Amino acid sequence: MTDTPQRTRPLRVLAAMSGGVDSAVAAARAVDAGHDVTGVHLALSANPQSFRTGARGCCTIEDSRDARRAADVIGIPFYVWDLAERFREDVVENFVAEYEAGRTPNPCLRCNEKIKFAALLDKALALGFDAVCTGHYAKIVTRPDGTRELHRASDLAKDQSYVLGVLDDQQLAHAMFPLGDTATTKEEIRAEAERRGLAVAKKPDSHDICFIADGDTRGFLARRLGTAEGDIVDETGNKLGTHQGAYGFTIGQRKGLRIGTPAPDGKPRYVLDISPVTNTVTVGPASALDVEALTAIRPRWCGTAPAGPGTYTAQLRAHGGETEVTAELVDGELRVTFTEPVRGVAPGQAIVLYDGTRVVGSATIATTRRVAAASV
Amino acid sequence: MAYLDHAATTPMLPEAAQALTAALGVTGNASSLHASGRRARRTVEESRETLAEALGARPSEIVFTSGGTEADNLAVKGLYWSRRDADPARTRVLASPVEHHAVLDAVHWLGEHEGATVEYLPVDRYGRVHPDALREAIERNPDDVALVTVMWANNEIGTVLPVRELVDVAAEFGIPVHSDAVQAFGQIPVDFAASGLAAMTVSAHKIGGPYGIGALVLGREHTPVPVLHGGGQERHVRSGTIDVPAVASFAVAGRLAAERREDFAREIGALRDDLVAAVRAAVPDAVLGGDPSPEGRLPANAHFTFPGCEGDSLLLLLDAQGIECSTGSACTAGVAQPSHVLLATGADPDLARGTLRFSLGHTSTRQDVEAVAKAIGPAVERARAAGLT
Repeated sequence: MTDTPQRTRPLRVLAAMSGGVDSAVAAARAVDAGHDVTGVHLALSANPQSFRTGARGCCTIEDSRDARRAADVIGIPFYVWDLAERFREDVVENFVAEYEAGRTPNPCLRCNEKIKFAALLDKALALGFDAVCTGHYAKIVTRPDGTRELHRASDLAKDQSYVLGVLDDQQLAHAMFPLGDTATTKEEIRAEAERRGLAVAKKPDSHDICFIADGDTRGFLARRLGTAEGDIVDETGNKLGTHQGAYGFTIGQRKGLRIGTPAPDGKPRYVLDISPVTNTVTVGPASALDVEALTAIRPRWCGTAPAGPGTYTAQLRAHGGETEVTAELVDGELRVTFTEPVRGVAPGQAIVLYDGTRVVGSATIATTRRVAAASV
Repeated sequence: MAYLDHAATTPMLPEAAQALTAALGVTGNASSLHASGRRARRTVEESRETLAEALGARPSEIVFTSGGTEADNLAVKGLYWSRRDADPARTRVLASPVEHHAVLDAVHWLGEHEGATVEYLPVDRYGRVHPDALREAIERNPDDVALVTVMWANNEIGTVLPVRELVDVAAEFGIPVHSDAVQAFGQIPVDFAASGLAAMTVSAHKIGGPYGIGALVLGREHTPVPVLHGGGQERHVRSGTIDVPAVASFAVAGRLAAERREDFAREIGALRDDLVAAVRAAVPDAVLGGDPSPEGRLPANAHFTFPGCEGDSLLLLLDAQGIECSTGSACTAGVAQPSHVLLATGADPDLARGTLRFSLGHTSTRQDVEAVAKAIGPAVERARAAGLT
């Protein structure tokens, strides 16, 4: 394996700057590496008018200012690009539709696939840039044949390769992740930002979904989809309570069910199934969540698709652990069998397959097969 | 480096910088009665006289402000309040839709908070208000019009508006007219007395003076309600300690702007024409914004729409080659919005996003124009490939 070409020859780099500390340090490191860097902040607010009037409780104007300040300190040109329309279509509407269909989407993954490494990258390439640089924690390694591999970051606690698992070789060819290459922790990144005079050094991490500023996903969905009272039932169909909309639940969810009567065995109950058509939420014991196999659609491969069945480690949600699987591509659909059953697998989430630290590919979970029951 | 954004701000004239720095070391509040105060007051009053002469006004008609934005706010809000105080029926404000945001947002605020009915006058495709349109608007009810505000020349597309004719119409009904002359001063003849205006805004940093100082030229018979209350400086219309060094420097810049205007306009107009020709040669489908006739536009302004391009993309590509210009008017967060000026002239909203304004000034050279001539073709090609997002 050789070093990435990005580090051996100067490139014209567009640094996506969110206003946070990671992307600011990433941009600064790209400059240090000798690249010709331009910063860009993506305005993703559904209402660009809020930039003038400041009427909406949108954090973007603050973030855009922070990003601009960082760019000024680093000494690079800075622009704000309005991708709100694309973001609304490709990320927000998809997010709502997926929940409406009873699935649990990951909007960050979707944003990387459709916005940062599609809409933004396409525009960057058209304007003569060679690469888009972000503050993601992941590593790109170039093989001797010139193709690329995506690997987990050196700091596994910060690793974000899961949300980048949707990127293909061509997208990786034009991606740059300066934070994934070195064994730096978040604390070290903050210290580095401080050293560089970047005011964002002390800015708190963002955890939530960026377009749901108050973190209340269920409230956001209720505003978009309205409320519709439905039943909460047990595995045999006995009504245990009611809810205000099946979309507000996620498979494996335990809290917030508000069921008055306890289970006969006294054990906690979990969401086993969400049926949007009947607006029914089925709950049951944790053991009923055990999944032994799944199918996943829209597979994306970092490089060529594996020819036959293979053994991999799989990650099933952001910040989730690894689990051993065998996977095979059959008629364009990924069929995955778990070596040991896993609990709480939600359709709509991505499964990312790894070979060691290397990302092999990803797909969107469509159906699961429970250990104790038939496929849901 | 080709700096072609003089309409945003122009480099300070050496003479103005010298006047500024010389005055910075001198103590004295122009309102004080002692010797230091008298010395400061003398500087201020001599500056006021110099500036008045440059603008065709009386010295007492110069009200110093912190800049163009404050002068616009004082004129629009202050005259609205005083006119309404005199007759509560006067709540209609007639404004051109191509005004700078300092006027546009001020009249909008009057509509939101002070019960004003804001009416935007129709403009032609060059952004010009016609006297007949003003007459039509006034005649619908002459008694309820508080004021008319129409800029002298547009900051984005450079069109010169027929201020004198518009004032004549308003004068028939006794309605005061304010004009933002920030872009006009130094480029075309600006004579306050001859204009018949009630109030006129000028700014120092657009003519080679310092930032943070401007003036409202205010006819003696007009007493707008102050926006800033305090020590009663500036005819009790604009309180606040006078910035003596800035005023002295502004006066020098104003005098030179008036003295050099004719030569400047001729020379910069020729350079601008070359720039327009070069852009058109490189990009045949580029559309010149504003009035194409030399007498109908500012000599230093060249504004283009490039179909299929995002103005921001062009800005980025030219910036990368050391060419500094603008898409039109800046927005605080930097998000590209279709220009309200172009939309008012009836432009297609998608086209209105693909604009560039080149504004020349006293440091502009043939090399600047050549740099644009060389860079604009490939930049437009690239920006077109990147398309509209």
